Amino acid sequence: MRRQTLNERALERYRALFEPKSMAVIGVSTHNDRHPANVIFNKNRLHYPLEVYAVNPSKGRLQGEPVYASVSEIPGKVDLAVIVVRAEQVRKVLVDCIEAHVGAGVIISGGFAEVGRSDLQEEIAAVAREADFPFLGPNCIGMFSPPYVDTNFIANERIVRPNPGNIALVCQSGGILIDLMIKLTGEGTGLSRAVSIGNKVLIREPDLLDYFVDDDRTRVIAFYVEGFGRGEGRTFLEAAARCSKPIVVLKSGKSPLGTTAVSSHTASLAGDYRVFSEALAQYGVVEAKNETELVNFCESLSRYRAPIKGNVGIVTGSGGHGVMAVDFCSALGLSVPALPVEAQGALRSLISPSIQAIASLKNPFDLTGSATDEDFAAAVAYLWSRPEIDCVIALLLPYLPGISMDLGARLSFVAKQMDKMLVAYVPHVEKYQILTEGFELNGVPVADSVEGAVLMAEAVRRWGRC
Amino acid sequence: MLSRMMRANLEASKGRGWVLEPDAKEMLKETGLPVPRFATAATKDEAKSRAHEIGYPVVAKVVSPLIVHKSDVGGVAVDIRSDDQLDAAFSRLAGLDGFQGVLVEEMLPRGVELIVGATIDVQFGPVILLGLGGTSVEIYKDTALRLAPLQPKDVLSMVGELKAHPLLEGYRGAEPIDMAELTRVLVLFSRFVMELEGWIESIDLNPVVCEGSRCTIADARVMLAK
Repeated sequence: MRRQTLNERALERYRALFEPKSMAVIGVSTHNDRHPANVIFNKNRLHYPLEVYAVNPSKGRLQGEPVYASVSEIPGKVDLAVIVVRAEQVRKVLVDCIEAHVGAGVIISGGFAEVGRSDLQEEIAAVAREADFPFLGPNCIGMFSPPYVDTNFIANERIVRPNPGNIALVCQSGGILIDLMIKLTGEGTGLSRAVSIGNKVLIREPDLLDYFVDDDRTRVIAFYVEGFGRGEGRTFLEAAARCSKPIVVLKSGKSPLGTTAVSSHTASLAGDYRVFSEALAQYGVVEAKNETELVNFCESLSRYRAPIKGNVGIVTGSGGHGVMAVDFCSALGLSVPALPVEAQGALRSLISPSIQAIASLKNPFDLTGSATDEDFAAAVAYLWSRPEIDCVIALLLPYLPGISMDLGARLSFVAKQMDKMLVAYVPHVEKYQILTEGFELNGVPVADSVEGAVLMAEAVRRWGRC
Repeated sequence: MLSRMMRANLEASKGRGWVLEPDAKEMLKETGLPVPRFATAATKDEAKSRAHEIGYPVVAKVVSPLIVHKSDVGGVAVDIRSDDQLDAAFSRLAGLDGFQGVLVEEMLPRGVELIVGATIDVQFGPVILLGLGGTSVEIYKDTALRLAPLQPKDVLSMVGELKAHPLLEGYRGAEPIDMAELTRVLVLFSRFVMELEGWIESIDLNPVVCEGSRCTIADARVMLAK
């Protein structure tokens, strides 16, 4: 049996946080429906299967439910407290929660270190540490943990509904979290958890990494990191070394804010971001340089885990797309091995007579604008039969006359049957949705650019390299 | 564990902010890292008898608490082949700011010059750098970084990352450097740096001269944490 990274007590606390059966929303308003606490109260009450209690010292009623003066007055057990009160009041609320044996907290409130009130932050940290009470934040947007709970204070009608899936996403910034949730959803992937950690006073990236290692619903763990605290980067990488799942990190704040005079070559050459980047690579963490990379890496790694060397076969209906893909591949160090002449001959006999004379079959395979579904299926299957190829990129141009909208599903089934890696490029417009979903709903990632498709192959190669 | 000598050296250097080269070499030597045969001398006669023990040709370097960058102020005399040349070099170095004596060292044969460095990163702690050495490292920036402590496989991948790696592997008929020795030096140095965390800000071993089966630390600059 696999060794668990966290002990039973820690797991219990994370269960209270991510899989609560009951939740108190502290700081609701009885007169402002758009108050963040009210949004959280409302969406969980309507859409999630947990008990939700409203709390405000001024009491009253909210949507026909009683508003409790404090968490201690709630009749049932409370697993999770979502705290949306003014910064000065958070300490008192935290003490109430601890006394009422609440399991965990999410502190949405801002007004701490980010505005110079480190004193308030230190106070709540001390109270929680003393009681071994875990909380997210402060100054965070909370978390989305389907199908249990959603503490994001964005009303449901304002955000695309994220799919449940196997990517765990952790962001310092709540805004980036929501944005990435939207983008990952747009790519047809889904989330196991999405967590914003804000000022990360108590629960930090390494803690969540340790938790997600044992979280069966999570296959890929992605982080957006602005910076680590003193020594925290090393703690993170030590946790990464214990983790058998792919980890993707996007770092922002790469350029140094100011240059201080340094007295040695080494200090001058080992800048903050450079160390960050090299250290990640040393520990097998896949660094995404930007948002596009993050989304493509996550999508690909959520589908494929078997390592590849990065020998790519490319099938296209347009020479230009093939050349662009080769350029991206070689820029990243992926190889596109040319097939020997006899192999080209073998494939030529498998494709439509009408394109036999005009198709270029060296790799990339340019099947030309006259290719049909059958030609694509034959070319893809043939590439996989070649020992020199371990990943196929299909560049599908849905406007070609011989291609049907069924090709996505068809190629996906071939990929599943042969247990091989396939990624596709299809222009992401509504008109071609059936083609795109034919891939995505059948487990094959689809990029919205040629470069994105190449990044998907690169993600799996990099993951396999460590 | 740092030895008593090392702690004493570091304590004594705190006020200055960096470790005098003879003290740094003494610490490296005790760790098992390869340094040239060396000795310090406060007078010309002492310098000559040290040079006779080491054997000409030698290098003479100024020892001064006021001079961190020796070569910038003419604080290094190389390829000294006789007592007369050593006397002349001594006289010149004795005129430099804060002169306390000279470091007399074995003159190393030519080889591939590397820089091996260390710094303490705020987020990640001790980091090791390897690159092509000399005074132009910051121009070419051909270096690789890894977190300490290093595993032997890390050294191999660091070398592979350098644009200059063909130079290390015996470019155009030159003798390749001894990878096993370079690996030993880097791994050992990285463990030493783990011990020094808390004491140091950064270290430049530059150059480390690799020739034949040796990789020898010709110069060492140890900057202390403030």
